[in-house]
Amino acid sequence: MHKILEKRQLSYDQERDQGVYYFKVTAPEIARNRKAGQFIIFQIDDNYGERVPLTIADANADEGWIALVYQTVGASTRKFSRFNVGDEVPVLVGPLGSPTHIEKMDGVVVCVGGGIGVAPLHPIVQAHHNIGNKVIAIIGARSKNLVIFEDEMKAASDELIVVTDDGTYGRKALVTEPLKEICEREKVAEVVSIGPAIMMKFCVDTVRPFGYPITTSLNTIMIDGTGMCGCCRVSVGGETKFVCVDGPEFDGYKVDFDNMMKRMGAFKDKEREADHKCRIGLDAGKVSA
Amino acid sequence: MSEHKTTQELQNEAAKIWEELEAKKTAGTKLTPKDRTAIPPQEMPSRDPIQRAHEMGEVALGFTETQARVESERCIQCGGAPCKKGCPVGVPIPEFIAKIQQGDFKGAVDTIKQTNLLPAICGRVCPQEKQCQSFCTVGKMLKAPEKAVAIGRLERYVADWERANNQITVPTPAPDTGKKVAIVGSGPAGLTVAADTRRAGHSVTVFEAFQKTGGVMVYGIPEFRLPKEIVAKEVENLKKMGVEFKTSFLVGRTETLEQLLDREGYDAAFIGTGAGLPKFLGIEGENLIGVFSANEYLTRSNLMKAYDTEHADTPLYTAKRVAVFGGGNVAMDGARTALRLGAEKVYCVYRRTRAEMPARAEEVAHAIEEGVDFHFLENPTKFIGDEKGKLIGVELLNYELGEPDASGRRKPVAIPGTEHVLDIDAAVVALGNESNPLMAQTTAGLNVTKRGNIIVDENQKTSIPRVWAGGDIVLGAATVILAMGEGRRAAASINEYLASK
Repeated sequence: MHKILEKRQLSYDQERDQGVYYFKVTAPEIARNRKAGQFIIFQIDDNYGERVPLTIADANADEGWIALVYQTVGASTRKFSRFNVGDEVPVLVGPLGSPTHIEKMDGVVVCVGGGIGVAPLHPIVQAHHNIGNKVIAIIGARSKNLVIFEDEMKAASDELIVVTDDGTYGRKALVTEPLKEICEREKVAEVVSIGPAIMMKFCVDTVRPFGYPITTSLNTIMIDGTGMCGCCRVSVGGETKFVCVDGPEFDGYKVDFDNMMKRMGAFKDKEREADHKCRIGLDAGKVSA
Repeated sequence: MSEHKTTQELQNEAAKIWEELEAKKTAGTKLTPKDRTAIPPQEMPSRDPIQRAHEMGEVALGFTETQARVESERCIQCGGAPCKKGCPVGVPIPEFIAKIQQGDFKGAVDTIKQTNLLPAICGRVCPQEKQCQSFCTVGKMLKAPEKAVAIGRLERYVADWERANNQITVPTPAPDTGKKVAIVGSGPAGLTVAADTRRAGHSVTVFEAFQKTGGVMVYGIPEFRLPKEIVAKEVENLKKMGVEFKTSFLVGRTETLEQLLDREGYDAAFIGTGAGLPKFLGIEGENLIGVFSANEYLTRSNLMKAYDTEHADTPLYTAKRVAVFGGGNVAMDGARTALRLGAEKVYCVYRRTRAEMPARAEEVAHAIEEGVDFHFLENPTKFIGDEKGKLIGVELLNYELGEPDASGRRKPVAIPGTEHVLDIDAAVVALGNESNPLMAQTTAGLNVTKRGNIIVDENQKTSIPRVWAGGDIVLGAATVILAMGEGRRAAASINEYLASK
């Protein structure tokens, strides 16, 4: 079973009433076999719960745990945020998806994470760092209190640049600004970008003039996550690809982000409705644990 | 469309026939084959079409006892058992029907279970009219295959009788052999192998990626055609036999097959991972919002229970006008699910005609009764969306039937210039599946075809020692019963291998 060993609230967005949580969960097989870039699917109820994909933010094979970082965006994540240390996660399956391609590279690896995307980026930064690649990490958030995983990213990278939209912490900029500067001054082997679709799209546009390879990790809606339902499909280079088995990482130049963003909004109305229902009468704010 | 008869009406008709048959028996007259074939085929009682189209409950209600007795008397015990040859698992059909003729329902179900462990499921989902019943002598004598003895309905009757009367007996496994069998996937193939290898005394673990066991019988086939409670009961019986189930375990990722064999000490493994990536049409607009694969559409509703909007967290896509593309069982399931999820108009677009449809005849009849609007000899050319990327229509092209193709069916040929638009807000694509690439990607040395299906020999053995495979991952898209047939063969071979080890 998957027991929650540790729970932390990493940030809280008052404006949107969204928290970001860190859960350390026992999962010996997943911890042993997972690689950077892979994800899991969890359910808070094995009968009626939704299947929600989350990237693995950290893991320890010897101690048999994985770390999950997620934002309370819908009913399921909000309900999950009320789980506490000692509780069991009823369903947790993984590691899913194809691992990140990691090899020793000639040049700098630039890893760009936006918002909650910093968490899934962390194992990729670690893996590049561990194999001996020089890693420059850029992490961005709307505001100071939404910056997550700063210490972890600092520890795993050679250089860390923090930006905020409102300038309350780090540099006042979007992630694309330092990204452009690095592309201008360094020999870049690869750019890895994980974050909101719109951010990844702009990262691709930023890197395009330089022609450096850019990998993006997609977080589409999924049901089974094992290559059966086709819900997560995206158009990549004009072909239909399945994020759960062909991805989650794809060549950023080939991804049709506009179509992906539309598809991700397919159930927006329902999510809002469910989230609203879920919040009625509950204090969704700060965690007491 | 014939008028819908209630169960009571059908029962009254059957009772009258039964009285006449009893009178003959009491008078000491033996029924001649002519007498038997003169008995009218018993119609399956079903729920009212208008009401049921908006509810998830099972549509076909099963024979009454009298109907089952009457229908069984239609079997002339012709000798030679041609029906049995049409059954992928070789059920002793005349023998089980003879038991029903004697009123021995437990004897009948036990006879079936000699070769088929899941009669309640097969009685519901087997395409009998293409298998056992197509060979039935009675159907041939009457020159009407649809008037063959209703073997499937009888099978279902005795299986349901056994369950309803708590008469299920769980086979006692042979003494422990100390050998371990790993089964990948808990669908019809996997469950069959689990039963047969456990019976031989091996320790058996079934690994299932989903949170629930049953595979396609749970995520694919809807409640109104196969109640999930029946599948759960079969799994429960296997648990009683000592089979262990590990859910949310994706072999290939959570642990690879090699890890199971080498690290976890399994002596043999069976791969029954089922259908894979859904096939799409490859036409413009396929990734618009509102275009679903049947797998996704059905999984949301069945496995995730999204139809239960009160309790389920998984959302449904609200659509008033739904078009389903395809002519198989999955297409029928999709169309009938759409009605139940609140669509006002449901179309089924199929490029051939009703005669060529691969779906079970009963499912097509049920879909028509429920109001699904069939567009035969039409095929989509592109999906049309609005500025937000939402589906608003589909362009269709008319077809006509030409010469027979490799499948023996007449090939549909497009009629140029017949493009026309159908306004829809959701599309469900039910054109079958590609194979799931995961096992092949994560298992060194596992040989697959160009289409990704696992290559096996006549005993279902793969290219890797100690590994067998069967079901849709070998066959491509097939049926529950064919998967079970492969499972039986694999289990026999696994048992033989483990006995000699």
